Amino acid sequence: MNHLIIAPLLLPAIVAALFLLGRWRARWIGSALSLAGCVALVLIALALFVTAYGGTISVYALGNWPAPFGIVLVLDRLSALMLVLTSVLALVVLCHAVITNLDRKGWHFHPLFQFQLLGLNGAFLTGDLFNLFVFFEVLLIASYGLMLHGQGAGRLKVGLQYVIINLVGSTLFLIGIGMLYGVTGTLNMADMALRISSLPHGDQGLARAGALLLTVVFALKAALLPLHLWLPRTYASTSPAVAALFAIMTKVGVYAIVRTTTLIFGADAGAVAWAPAQWMLPSAVLTVIIGFTGLLAARGLRDQAAFGVVGSTGTLLVAVSLFEPRAITAALYYLPHSTLTGALLFLVGDLVARHRPDYGDAITVGPRFASIGPISALYLLAGIALVGMPPLSGFIGKLLILTAAAAHPAAGWIWVTILVSTLIGTIGLARAGSILFWKSSTCDEPLRPAPAQVGRKALLPSAALVALLAALVLGAGGIVAYMDTVSAQLFAPRNYIEAVLGRQAGD
Amino acid sequence: MSLEFLVASTIGVLTTAGIYLCLRGRTFSVVLGLAMLSYAINVFLFAMGRLVINRPPIYGKDVADYADPLPQALVLTAIVIAFGMSALVVVLALRTYLETGTDQVDGLADAQPDDDGA
Repeated sequence: MNHLIIAPLLLPAIVAALFLLGRWRARWIGSALSLAGCVALVLIALALFVTAYGGTISVYALGNWPAPFGIVLVLDRLSALMLVLTSVLALVVLCHAVITNLDRKGWHFHPLFQFQLLGLNGAFLTGDLFNLFVFFEVLLIASYGLMLHGQGAGRLKVGLQYVIINLVGSTLFLIGIGMLYGVTGTLNMADMALRISSLPHGDQGLARAGALLLTVVFALKAALLPLHLWLPRTYASTSPAVAALFAIMTKVGVYAIVRTTTLIFGADAGAVAWAPAQWMLPSAVLTVIIGFTGLLAARGLRDQAAFGVVGSTGTLLVAVSLFEPRAITAALYYLPHSTLTGALLFLVGDLVARHRPDYGDAITVGPRFASIGPISALYLLAGIALVGMPPLSGFIGKLLILTAAAAHPAAGWIWVTILVSTLIGTIGLARAGSILFWKSSTCDEPLRPAPAQVGRKALLPSAALVALLAALVLGAGGIVAYMDTVSAQLFAPRNYIEAVLGRQAGD
Repeated sequence: MSLEFLVASTIGVLTTAGIYLCLRGRTFSVVLGLAMLSYAINVFLFAMGRLVINRPPIYGKDVADYADPLPQALVLTAIVIAFGMSALVVVLALRTYLETGTDQVDGLADAQPDDDGA
């Protein structure tokens, strides 16, 4: 058994606990500890990525209880990919938070951040449906704390709504899990996949209802229309660095949909097969429209970034809901791109707000501010990435999605939506960019110096995100080829089942 | 009246009340609604292990029939999580009320008079 698999869960838990042991008097100790934890997490995730690269599915039985009786962690290519993405994003966002002193705005920023990572990593690794629920709760509880970090009346108001809607979501999650357990008698995802194919006729309807309930919960996390209503206000009212980390939270929903649908409700599931797909496609298409139209209507950069997250997650879900190997390949290429771009937009919005404190991130004409050149360049690159224009990775991602959708009966709808939404998004971002950066030269006031605590190094994390996006383009050939293998592994759930339950179970 | 009917109608009534309260405008009724929903779920999870009477929840060599112990473990976990969450949402609602001066969930001030004194 490879004990490294549990390290992404243990490490954040230990680091978070270290913070609670004492209030560090010297600030740098706290930041260094948290950053060291994140760097170690990146290294662990990379090591696990290498382990899973060749296609082996490693299983870690907690307490050495064999599946399906014990809880297992399963590392396959998709979970390794998500771990790497999470840890890299967390490192960049944490750098931004430390540089901009966000962690000093209130108590316990670092432990909450680490618990958030614990929940995320757990959700990506677990092979047990109830455990997935528990890790969802862990990441949600941490996200409540992070969302409210820094406080303020507006944040509390929206935070309450965010907590309530997620509690209702958790309730639905439990109902779904309960129904599936009631008909299959197991919570282990691999075991459930085996049993769901041989359900008696009377239970198939219940299993279908359970599958759709789970999809509703995951769609709530992924902000799929009409369950997206909470996202723009929540993300726009929390601190931008936290919102940048939350860019991965919608992807947890997407991951859970992909995982459960391909594994449990896949081609072998009989009457339940691909149950979520027919509902997801229309709402994903509408999500794209809502998200990119929101870019036009946004009054602040954080609003805009939030709608950008809705739109690009919608695009991702359009590809996912085709549930076909090539479309999943396209979706998997688009997934890191969408996460990093969403985070980048939030960080750039934060930079603008910090460089002109009296205007904040509102899209209004204001006086020129320090570092306006590099910041506007970052905004331009983020915009290009979001709408999917060359040369950044959004272009390749959207191209892959469009090609994958070409053979689908609804191809016309998908093409029209994605292309028109790209145009709308371009107009929205161009309008915001020209108001913020170009029209500032018409303002008669002299250039405003940056506030004392804002240095140029605050731009570095955003620049790192741009570099990662550029790397996605430069390595596109190899990355797409790898995503092909990830997608092939997802569409051969028999290997996953055999890895978890042993060889004879798969026969 | 059978046990099944009793449990099923309890779950139904609790869920109905929970959903109704969750849709109210004030945080207090929403918190109560969430609590009721979580009670309903706890009973529901029990029922998913099938309703049996007078059977031990543990498997032993000499036990022929036993109740499914897993839903009980699940309910325990769900209770703990729901309890923590209720505490959090109560504190959060209180804090929001103190900071914003209104206990409406949508955050708007009380413009119109109370509809039914809730």
